[in-house]
Amino acid sequence: MTAVPAPPIQKDRRRLRVHETAIGDRIYEIVTTACALVVPALVIAIAIAIFAAAWPAFAKLGLSIVTSSNWDVGSGQFGAAPALYGTLVSSAVALIIATPLAIGVAIFLSEFSPLWLRQPIGFLVDLLAAVPSVVYGLWGIFVLLPMLREHVMPFLRDRLHLGATPFFSGPAYGPSMLAAGVVLAIMALPYISAVSREVLMAVPRSQREAALALGATRWEMIRDAVIPYAKSGIIGGIMLGLGRALGETMAVTMVIGNRPEISASLFAPGYTMASLIANEFSEATNDLHLSALMAVGAILFIITLIVNAVARWLVWQVSRGRVS
Amino acid sequence: MRALKIAALMMLAVACAKENADQSATSSSTATSSGSVDLTGAGATFPYPLYSKWFSLYANRTGVKINYQSIGSGGGIRQLSEETVDFGASDSPMSDEEMAKAKGGPILHIPTVLGADVITYNLPGVTTPLKFTPQVIAEIFMGRIKKWNDTRLASLNPGVAIPNQDILVVHRSDGSGTTYIFTDYLSTAVPAWKASVGKGKEVKWPAGLGAKGNEGVAGQVKQTPGSIGYVELAYAKQNKLPVAAIRNKAGQFVVASVPAVTAAAAGAAAALPPNTDFRVSIVDAPGQDSYPIASFTWILVYQHQNDPVKGKKLVDFLNWALTEGEKEATPLDYAPLPSDMASNVRARLKTIDLSGTK
Amino acid sequence: MARLAGLAGTGVVKTLRARHSISGVMIGLTYIAAVLATLPLVLILWHLLKKGATSLSLEFFTNMPKPVGEAGGGMANAIVGTLTLIGIACVIGLPIGIGAGIYLAEKRITPIAHSVRFLSDVLNGLPSIVMGIFAWEFLVRPAGHFSALAGGAALGAMMIPLVTRTSEEMLRVVPVSLREAALALGYPRWRTSISIVLRTALAGIATGALVAVARIAGETAPLLFTAFGNQFWSTSLREPIAALPLQIFTYAISPYDEWHAQAWAGALVLISMVLVISVAARFVTRSKFGAPVD
Repeated sequence: MTAVPAPPIQKDRRRLRVHETAIGDRIYEIVTTACALVVPALVIAIAIAIFAAAWPAFAKLGLSIVTSSNWDVGSGQFGAAPALYGTLVSSAVALIIATPLAIGVAIFLSEFSPLWLRQPIGFLVDLLAAVPSVVYGLWGIFVLLPMLREHVMPFLRDRLHLGATPFFSGPAYGPSMLAAGVVLAIMALPYISAVSREVLMAVPRSQREAALALGATRWEMIRDAVIPYAKSGIIGGIMLGLGRALGETMAVTMVIGNRPEISASLFAPGYTMASLIANEFSEATNDLHLSALMAVGAILFIITLIVNAVARWLVWQVSRGRVS
Repeated sequence: MRALKIAALMMLAVACAKENADQSATSSSTATSSGSVDLTGAGATFPYPLYSKWFSLYANRTGVKINYQSIGSGGGIRQLSEETVDFGASDSPMSDEEMAKAKGGPILHIPTVLGADVITYNLPGVTTPLKFTPQVIAEIFMGRIKKWNDTRLASLNPGVAIPNQDILVVHRSDGSGTTYIFTDYLSTAVPAWKASVGKGKEVKWPAGLGAKGNEGVAGQVKQTPGSIGYVELAYAKQNKLPVAAIRNKAGQFVVASVPAVTAAAAGAAAALPPNTDFRVSIVDAPGQDSYPIASFTWILVYQHQNDPVKGKKLVDFLNWALTEGEKEATPLDYAPLPSDMASNVRARLKTIDLSGTK
Repeated sequence: MARLAGLAGTGVVKTLRARHSISGVMIGLTYIAAVLATLPLVLILWHLLKKGATSLSLEFFTNMPKPVGEAGGGMANAIVGTLTLIGIACVIGLPIGIGAGIYLAEKRITPIAHSVRFLSDVLNGLPSIVMGIFAWEFLVRPAGHFSALAGGAALGAMMIPLVTRTSEEMLRVVPVSLREAALALGYPRWRTSISIVLRTALAGIATGALVAVARIAGETAPLLFTAFGNQFWSTSLREPIAALPLQIFTYAISPYDEWHAQAWAGALVLISMVLVISVAARFVTRSKFGAPVD
């Protein structure tokens, strides 16, 4: 509804307008730059605080925090290797499950869904982000774990004969890396889906029409014309989902079994860094213990840095040579 | 315009709720009813249901509002040390090191009620409470007894048809007073446990799965046939889980119950020196009827109160808790302090310095 | 697109029927994905309703929490508390996030932009309990007491990376031609960005903001050490305040079934609250002109 400003005619008015413009632009620059710089400022502040708090543990324990599997508060041993392993594996499983689902539903909503269905289904998926983690955890314990223990795990292991591989072997207790991966997938889903949906819907119709005009089937149109256009947005959504998966504490700790052991099988209980911190922080009063927990936090921080850097590099590799 | 209407409606709704809140909350004509809270406390989750009852009753009776949040014993100790709350609460006593770090000076441990850990299990078909000795419990939790019908357990329970099933141990994944009490007991009664696992709010468990919180363990045991775990008494009762009978120091097999826990405190209290600071463990207590896995829970306050007004309110509340409050314990599955111990504790309250000087 | 053109030229083309079959299969898969993606929420809502519906009464919305054994307890203070905290968080998080998003969308490939984008993702991956610990360190400990402001600030900080990322992505899909047209007509840069580009992307930005609001509405860990929680009615910003996730958490981990039922009911109310906010925000920001046509 804003009217296009009348082109400045008189010289005086033009000078005034340019002056306003210059100030306006200046302020705009400063404000947006300041906003943007809040992010690095926060990150640096938190990083300094974490590493400062973690320093005593690093000084005393050194690399054993990442290499040792022996986490024993009583005797001052803090080896978090299983937690490190678990964070990476559970997040990977979560993304493997969530990404196709999220992109699939986003494609559905942007291409095939009847208009009246779009908002409701969109809401239903986005609302997954609003469910408190403790509710996910409890739902996990009472609904998901029995489902996995009684139906899904035996199916995967015996009917599909995946039990022959080390990844699906072993007794099916219920609490497991797989359960954690599934819960994290559900929690990451809305982030990937919301962003993907919006960018897919924003792809101009001309792109789609051009592909169809060239004889593409609907699927080919989506794969070759729509998705590449929206690719960076989709990747952005995946990164958000990944962030959620790496940092989730409560829901994971309720379904992962909390056993500090590294195991290849997805059916085995495991541990993650975030749930380690959440489990022990409220009750920890011993200085070295607290510092060790902060050290785990610092390592999680570094892992997040590395994972994000690797993901970015992968994206850059994939998009080189492509016109997007 | 529409947005304004919506905002106006929302404000109206909030005003209505506040009206209702003011009516249903304490009606008091003292200066404290300005809406703000009189005292803030933080700490253990175990006594939370009882404390919330106490604070509600006390607010109705005297108008003094006390806001307590269960952020964990460690959290309570930390906040008290940093003086961001007026009192703390903990399921395990503070160590000397922790007490030295408190910014406000020396801290008093005020025991309020007693809790008990029970052994609960899921064995379909077994209806009578199974009997355990501390040695058998230790061996199970160390992974050395792997089957339910192992002779070491079966011999304690002649006549009970125990199925030939694997035992799945469920322990706590998070640090907690419940674990502290349980491992304290096993360390006291079983030297092999003390040597290998030890005691603490969290320990390195040789076997089993970790579940988060009492409700996590209860939930896991309830759902998994063949599992065994340890939880606070209230959780086993509320979830209708079977409770084991454990052999106490006097050789009797005792099932956890409120009277049995109070008996344990009475038995231990008899052995306490007169100037005890109450930072004592009462596991494996002497006495025929004593339940062996019992413990105090404490409220922590500074010996020297900075603010005389708040200090007085705190002391008045604690006096009330140790007399009237104790009556509310049993219906909620908490064991009250034995009455002479309660009197001793109240005498100790008199030593709190309310002068406001340090 | 290049791929299609390439296919057309080489003569090595799958049969039309095969291509259509594949298309049909993939489309079918997206339908299945849609069903699978909506299933968890439906299951969870069903579970919440089943367990918590008994507690949903008028008293739930107007009363304070009551101890175990007393009927008629409610979560009125927690509902208002959560709304207050969301309000504070939005005041902090939305302007900074959108401002940062604008910056990133304009200065796409400068080194600063790359670092901001990268660090924003890192910040997003931080466990919420760590955010709470540091909010405590910077906002509660120096003040000597817990406060709603501290809680809102922690939540606001958590919103920033989400809002930044989503705003940036939404702004980037606005066609450059729109911006160029405005500039050509004499609009200053700042006005172009705000009145034209931002306005066009508003619906998408709103989606991002709503997902961020949804996320923080359900967070417990950061509030434990900042807003702290309050059994009594309080709307003061400098005092501890109740919040739905805290109350839900406290009740859910207790042994009592009646408190469990209240916890489930509280979760239902929380999700409904987010839904209402979402619908309202979408309504207010809906585009009057439809999507841009190029």
